[in-house]
Amino acid sequence: MAKPQVTFAEISPSEFFYRNRDLAGFSNPSRALYSATRELVENSLDACELGGVLPDIFVRIMSNEPHRELADPKTYILKIQDNGPGIDPKFIPHAFGRVFFGSKFKLKQARGMFGMGGTMSILYGQITTHRPVTVVSTTGDGNAYKFEMMLNIRKNEPIIMHKEKLPAEGITGTSVEISLQGDYFRASSKILDYFRQTAVVTPYANIVFTDALGRQFFFERVTKSMPTPPRMTLPHPHGIDVEALRRLLIDKKETTLLQFMNNNFHRVGENTARKFLEYARLNRDTDTKSLKTHQIVTLVDALHRYKEFLKPDGSCLSPIGKEILEAGIKKEIQPEFIAVSIRPPSAYSGFPFIVEVGIAYGGKFLPSGPSLFRFANRIPLLYDEGSDISYKIVRYDVDWKYYGIGPNAPIGILTHVCSTKVPYKTVGKEYLADRPELEHELKNAIRDALRQLKIYLSRKGSIAMVERKMNIYGKYLPLIAQFVTDLSGLKKKPNYHLLLKKKADDSGEKNEDKKKKMNVKVSTKRDKKTIEELSELEGQTAIEDFG
Amino acid sequence: MNLRGKRLSKTSASNRKEETIKLLKELGLSMYEKMESGVFPDVVFPSRSVRNLIYDEELKQYILGANRVTRSSQNIKGIRPFTQIVWLAFFVDKLLRQGKTSTLRDVFYSSQAYNVLFKDQPESDDIIVDLEAVFSRPRESFSIYPEERSAIFGDLTIEYTVPGYEGKKTNLTSHPDGYLIGPSLSTAELVETSAEMIIAVEKGGLFTRFVEEKVHEKYKAIIIDTAGQPPRSTRFMLKRLNREMNLPVYILTDGDVYGEHIAMVIVSGSANAAHLHELTVPTAKWLGIYGSDIVKYKLPSIPLTEHDYKRLHELKRDPRYHKGRWRKELDVFLKIKRKCELEAFAKYGLTAIVDKYLPEKLEKAKSL
Repeated sequence: MAKPQVTFAEISPSEFFYRNRDLAGFSNPSRALYSATRELVENSLDACELGGVLPDIFVRIMSNEPHRELADPKTYILKIQDNGPGIDPKFIPHAFGRVFFGSKFKLKQARGMFGMGGTMSILYGQITTHRPVTVVSTTGDGNAYKFEMMLNIRKNEPIIMHKEKLPAEGITGTSVEISLQGDYFRASSKILDYFRQTAVVTPYANIVFTDALGRQFFFERVTKSMPTPPRMTLPHPHGIDVEALRRLLIDKKETTLLQFMNNNFHRVGENTARKFLEYARLNRDTDTKSLKTHQIVTLVDALHRYKEFLKPDGSCLSPIGKEILEAGIKKEIQPEFIAVSIRPPSAYSGFPFIVEVGIAYGGKFLPSGPSLFRFANRIPLLYDEGSDISYKIVRYDVDWKYYGIGPNAPIGILTHVCSTKVPYKTVGKEYLADRPELEHELKNAIRDALRQLKIYLSRKGSIAMVERKMNIYGKYLPLIAQFVTDLSGLKKKPNYHLLLKKKADDSGEKNEDKKKKMNVKVSTKRDKKTIEELSELEGQTAIEDFG
Repeated sequence: MNLRGKRLSKTSASNRKEETIKLLKELGLSMYEKMESGVFPDVVFPSRSVRNLIYDEELKQYILGANRVTRSSQNIKGIRPFTQIVWLAFFVDKLLRQGKTSTLRDVFYSSQAYNVLFKDQPESDDIIVDLEAVFSRPRESFSIYPEERSAIFGDLTIEYTVPGYEGKKTNLTSHPDGYLIGPSLSTAELVETSAEMIIAVEKGGLFTRFVEEKVHEKYKAIIIDTAGQPPRSTRFMLKRLNREMNLPVYILTDGDVYGEHIAMVIVSGSANAAHLHELTVPTAKWLGIYGSDIVKYKLPSIPLTEHDYKRLHELKRDPRYHKGRWRKELDVFLKIKRKCELEAFAKYGLTAIVDKYLPEKLEKAKSL
């Protein structure tokens, strides 16, 4: 009886993603086109922001010439060009031709997490069209370098097919062009949503998007201030795992545990290190090179359990900020009212995060009913809204009635979570897990912004009430004047303006009173109801005035 | 009574109209002056709430008490109904001046031409009653009439005042189906009559029988079909015939609580119209059918229904039913637990009611 043969083979990261491309958001041609666009745009925005350059991003999606008349899905050419600092030519092959090679493994807030999104797009393009990626980049030294490459999927290595040095004339930053199988017909609305929402949180960028139908969308820069770039930070003891600790121990030169603790953790100084080692009952002079694996596990356990570590601070984070967020909302949503609430830094499992919430109310573009706009590290999250923690809060936890907001009020709720590690629930990076710390911060921010809206609405309401009241007198008094003139058999109407003025003065006085004492109401509840009813009847009259 | 033995009307319909127009103008002028001097005009009239409903022993009808309602243009709650009343006054003033009439429904729709919107007809009906209360005059005097359904027949000469017919005279025996008591009849001058009484019957069928059997000749009567609970225009006509022509009014109804209450409303008015005092004929006599008649004449009858009992107990609480014939007959109905219709007399032949019952009852009525 022959034993069943089990074969083991190592697979490369490229191969892993090739086999599991659904995980990374490349499940079908429509989603893949959206994901590729998004990943490459995010790389460009990150590059510009890190280089402190106001981003100018050009994006173009074209159907490949011979396929123009074909129905979707078909081959598209996606090109993205930025004005960032560019990439040193010696890093280009690996930056674009190898999964898990990137500038984003240190702890710092950035849009991408693992530096794999861009490469995934290239990989997907290659497996669906078998065409190379073209990368042109200049670091501003007068020369630009052009690479045509493919990926060796099994070896996770770039294959350079063509390399060329060009004069950098007219070239800025980096441009990437790939061919890929896509479905623009289905993807277009998501892609446009993506650009619109990106424009909300990056009002300091110029983004030009030319789509497959030849339409051009221009998202214009309205502010020159950019968020302060995040600082690189050491890992927090609560956020470290066994593997990371093992690598740290190998890489570092320190010889004693005390030195190691003191130098390698966020907000851990000598004093804290000493106290911690006492707590963990570890000898501070232990040679780090001598630690056995089980000792490393014990150490990680202790690091996680010890409560006295200082919380991570926000220095490694780059929130959008009130001014920029307001500018973005104003530019893209054009609401009647904006409230922004920014929470102080908080942390979950040793990862710092900041929650920012913007509330937009009214205006021409918001539909009736609440619209949720979710962002994480400035990336719009467009899929799986129903599973997101913000959705849960907005849908179930907020007492809208308390804020005087009806179910059909045109209101936009923008939530932004920035963190060194955003707690996505899946690799697809589309919705956030309900971490209690995150939920707490989001709730507080949303409520705070809604409170601002409530104040605005109640002020607006009482002004509107006075206006509507005056409209009612303005309608009825002339009618009364006309009728009594006729009844009396007279010609000239009585001077009803006297009465109108009296009423206007009354209302004005009451409004002044109100400003002095917030608890004095302009009208009684009953009056309000009457005014509303009468105003509604006015609406009816208008409809009937079709003659 | 004049030389020919005919009765003539003592007051004139057109006088009443002039009076109403004058009152409306006065109202308009007082409001005009207020507005001109920077005062918010208002209108005050008796409250029609149940709490303000009082039974007046002397008038023998419900009247409104001392509570007043103010509709003011000053407060937001009052300005709309106030405008509506003023509009209505303006509207009926025009109606009266042009000699036109309208219905409750007309009023509702007419308002829309003036940008004074009523939500629905009940709202405009309500304002009409308000205006009635302001002037203590029925809507008919403002040229607003309900759907006509009751009729009149008998030797009565009238003279129309409606446009196109002014001065034209008609005798109400000229058409055997009777004349609708509508706007033109209600505003007509009552010229003369040879009749000596009015007989109001509850039903059209009996009305026709009476005409066929020449009750108007045999008994020198004007016959009126109230068509159930008489509309105001009919009660107003009864009142005028009684007051202006000095004719006694007799009422014949079905032998049930509803019939008894029809008679009561003619005699002493309804709670709904407590703000009006021109609609009652306190001297009118209810001839029957009484509950006791059912027994006496062995009339075919049917058991009282649940509704009948409910109404019966309601009426027993009404002070007007606390004594005399009214009370006695309610008690009889309650005792025999049966009721009957006027047609029940057909058991004794179609003309029995005219030949036997009516003369007996009229004889008795003289002694009531």
